[in-house]
Amino acid sequence: MEHATHQLPGLMTRTEADLRQIFLRQVEAIPAGERIKRCIQCGTCTGSCPVSYAMDISPRQLIALFRAGELETVMKSRSIWICASCYACTTRCPSGIKITDVIYALKRTVMEKGYESKAPQVQVLARLFVDNLMSYGRLHEGTLIRKYYMKTGIFKLFGFVPLVIKMFETKRLALFPKKIKEHKSLSRIIKKAQEIEMRHVPEKLEYSPEFVGYRGLGEMKLESRKGE
Amino acid sequence: MKYAYYPGCSLEKTQRGYDESVREVFKALDQELIEIDDWNCCGATMYMSVKETVSLAVSARNLALAERMGLDILAPCSSCFTTLSKTNRILNQIPEMHRDVNEALAEGGLSYSGKVRVRHPLDILMNDIGLETVRAKFKRNLNGLKIAPYYGCQIVRPDKTFDDRENPMLLDRLFRACGGEPVYFPMKVRCCGGMLMTTFEETALKLNKELLECAMDNGADVMVTTCPLCHFNLEAYQGKINNFYKTKFNVPVMYFTQLLGIALGLPAKGLGLDSSFIPLGEKINSLAEAHYA
Repeated sequence: MEHATHQLPGLMTRTEADLRQIFLRQVEAIPAGERIKRCIQCGTCTGSCPVSYAMDISPRQLIALFRAGELETVMKSRSIWICASCYACTTRCPSGIKITDVIYALKRTVMEKGYESKAPQVQVLARLFVDNLMSYGRLHEGTLIRKYYMKTGIFKLFGFVPLVIKMFETKRLALFPKKIKEHKSLSRIIKKAQEIEMRHVPEKLEYSPEFVGYRGLGEMKLESRKGE
Repeated sequence: MKYAYYPGCSLEKTQRGYDESVREVFKALDQELIEIDDWNCCGATMYMSVKETVSLAVSARNLALAERMGLDILAPCSSCFTTLSKTNRILNQIPEMHRDVNEALAEGGLSYSGKVRVRHPLDILMNDIGLETVRAKFKRNLNGLKIAPYYGCQIVRPDKTFDDRENPMLLDRLFRACGGEPVYFPMKVRCCGGMLMTTFEETALKLNKELLECAMDNGADVMVTTCPLCHFNLEAYQGKINNFYKTKFNVPVMYFTQLLGIALGLPAKGLGLDSSFIPLGEKINSLAEAHYA
């Protein structure tokens, strides 16, 4: 595992500080997101996760690294992309931390900062999914899978031939994507939502040691929102 | 009762068996489903990884459309169900987000108050209509058919919805009532990997192998699911699992509404039973065909 080096304990690099700000903004948007402060490092999340065996950094370690000012290490992990969002960890966390949502927040932070990930195929799929939805308003699975394998390994596409035949035979194959009627209005909604999203992104992150340091966690209000 | 029906993208075609059987079962139980006109994709788990406000607005458009109809949403796909419910919850808990999403919706001439409820067919069957009412309509006994009830991860989590998060029992109770025998199936809420089948294939193959193994070891004749993605992973990829692990699984996988439809004596044709890749086997076929006799 890589470790960012800090000159002094309690200080963090500029990159780390930026990441922390973006991530904390994402966490604040999660109902009861501030519970991340309550992690007792018990490892119930890792133990409950059906895919933690395949992760390079376990869910418990993700939170530990965040607290230790090592978000950059987390950003480069493949773990967050293996999470299939089954919510087993969230359900069992004794501190009520919404770990699945925290991982979503980490994913968004990576996407926002444009980090190269160890599992680029997930980002490819996520982007294609979004494109697909933007173009038609509904998901056309055939187009999504075809485009995905064209980008990640075209030979695999041939492996799908028997499946496609079976789907055709059982009348389960939609050959062409279909646009929804109010496609234009959906595009307008999406465009507006993107604008709004950008509104919340400060053009230049202000560097305030108090906010970004380890005290950064203290800047989040504890239990200020209603969450179940 | 009337519901705003939200089939979702996979039910439209690739998983028509679920769509057809939900419609038939609800009709048989005197419930009216009105499909939401011009609904859009809910965004599933993917969209959340990219932009939050956008993903909430996309999903909220459907909630707004249902609100205009004055009805609660019925969403059979587990992923749609969770995504729509989650959007609802976030909008109700974070006023700033609600305001932002409404601002975006206004561009499409819509607005959403946050009052629509998102329901899963299993919840409505068991908690609204009630097992007693459903039981009165049973026409066929499942004759001790051994069923592995697979709930999957999304309908019972993340928040307590309508059944226990660790050991849900509604499917067990439903199928026991119609003469089936739900087997011991401790992996009932274990994740199937969902989209990992595309992005981390080996991991997903392992998850699904474990599920099939658990069902087989406990003597199941059939696996019953509530989710199109679980269904696809378990059924369409079973051949691949067999190749990869040198196993010989040949487990039929059905939607719970398909099996329920059989118990209700509905014609096999309307339940989309012909859309299965894996032969349903003699036991189920003889039950399904028995009404023709």
